[in-house]
Amino acid sequence: MFWQQVVNAIWLGAVYSLFALGYTLVFGVLGILNLAYPSIYMWGAFFGLVAVNTLHLPIWLALPLAMLASGLLGMLVDLLAFKPLRARKAPELAALISSIGTSIILINLAQGAFQAQVSRFPFETFPVQVYTLGPVTITLLQITILGISLAIMLLLGWLIRGTRLGQSMRAVAFSPVTAARLGIPVERVIGQTAFIAGALAGAAGVLLGLAFNSVSPFMGEPMNLKGLTVIILGGLGNIEGAVLGGFILAFSEVMSVAYLSSDLRDAVAFILLILILLFRPNGLLGRTTSKKA
Amino acid sequence: MSAFSNFWASYGSVVQFALINMILAISIYFTLYSGMLSLANAGFMAIGAYLSAVLTIRTGLPLPLGLACGGLAAAAVAFLLGLPVLRLRGIYLAIATIGFGEIVRIFAINFDKFSGLQLLGGAEGLAGVPKLTTPAALLVTLLVLVYLLIRLPRSRTGRALAAIRQDENVAASMGVDVFRYKMLAFVLGAFVAGLAGGFDAHLTRFVDPNSYGFDAAVNILAYAILGGTAHWAGPLLGAAILTVLPESLRFLQDYRGIVNGLIIVVVILYLPRGLVDPKAFHRKETPHAEA
Repeated sequence: MFWQQVVNAIWLGAVYSLFALGYTLVFGVLGILNLAYPSIYMWGAFFGLVAVNTLHLPIWLALPLAMLASGLLGMLVDLLAFKPLRARKAPELAALISSIGTSIILINLAQGAFQAQVSRFPFETFPVQVYTLGPVTITLLQITILGISLAIMLLLGWLIRGTRLGQSMRAVAFSPVTAARLGIPVERVIGQTAFIAGALAGAAGVLLGLAFNSVSPFMGEPMNLKGLTVIILGGLGNIEGAVLGGFILAFSEVMSVAYLSSDLRDAVAFILLILILLFRPNGLLGRTTSKKA
Repeated sequence: MSAFSNFWASYGSVVQFALINMILAISIYFTLYSGMLSLANAGFMAIGAYLSAVLTIRTGLPLPLGLACGGLAAAAVAFLLGLPVLRLRGIYLAIATIGFGEIVRIFAINFDKFSGLQLLGGAEGLAGVPKLTTPAALLVTLLVLVYLLIRLPRSRTGRALAAIRQDENVAASMGVDVFRYKMLAFVLGAFVAGLAGGFDAHLTRFVDPNSYGFDAAVNILAYAILGGTAHWAGPLLGAAILTVLPESLRFLQDYRGIVNGLIIVVVILYLPRGLVDPKAFHRKETPHAEA
């Protein structure tokens, strides 16, 4: 029983981390809390669904295609909802409100295009295979999702630490003005960051849509509070922190459902969120400044 | 007179919803006016709705007393919530309040199960609320609130709140008790949201635990953003437009909700001070309640 809960928590933690990575990346580089991010995640799931259902692609092709599409959507959102505010040097709450409006637009577009009910991936999208290891059972799908999530996290870590783009992103995160003076094309780096974050959201959307076998225009909302909790736990803009936060939230949720009450599941995230905001607003791994990539 | 009664027969409920939404818009005006973005007002609305409805159903209390209790309960909860969260600024306050409506929902749905009472109706919601809300009661409440809003900018409190909005640190160094005034704005907003919740419950005759979530919080924000917080008429106009507009856009069907989102984005991008902007004609570069 206990070990099964641990396995469930590890798997759920990887999924939460994957979702939160793009969320925290946008904050780190752009300094924007993008509340439209969960809606891009929702659209990513629908992109994957369309690729599988309408284009009849296998899931291993549908996933990168959905990531590409939601990456472009992320860039479009940045271009329409945030760029004009950057140009005007508007206060940070303006971008937050703009992202709320964008989120409403995206959810209603999905509702118009795909109806409000829950859609599902076809049964044969992914082989059903269950493994039993002593007291623990785990499905092939869960193992795959865990593997893909970890691979994406490592890839993102390399991208930020080991590439020229990552260097530019960290420079922009530190100070857009200084970065521009050093000859870094700030707007282009921001566009690329928006693309990467969108692609991460899309990957999370497809994988979670598969895992919970449900895709709907409203699937972003319950993830929003969890995502916020995760990125605050880790420190806004902190990549490693988001991974740590994802696992902490997953363990707290799984254990409170298993040993306290399933009614508390949705309250766990909020309670964690308030506690961390009160005692360590810069996050568990936070340094004195909260803005970094 | 018959023209009026015809109009009222068709549009009376829309007008009453518009009045309730105006009260809601005023509830968030208080926090926005002091530069705080709080998304907790839908949760306060739920508290007001539940408590006033339970009181009028169970004890037959007259509506004004039920509303007052609902509003005061919302204010009391706001005080407790505010003690920790009002120390946070900017987006951190927004994040800390974003999940509050969800907590109220979880509490409302599980209350009966844990307490063993049959009070709040659980997930099915609270039905059989008497229809006590009258247009006159709404109008009187609104007029009192508008009077307060008109007085606000010239009062000591209003000046302190405006100073906090413009620069918290400067305000503090001028001797403004920042935390106390923030708390005042937060609690006042919660009280007004609680009143609106009570009116709403006694108009629709039903309290649905699921109708006070993030969507509701965003709608309330949209009213104030559209109208702007530079003038007291802003939130009223914003609420009126956003209540009536969806009714006249029924032909858009499933895409109707997009309009609210578009309005928020377009206003924040191109009209950051909202529709009602007294300074638009003689523009001075003073930072005002730019959301």
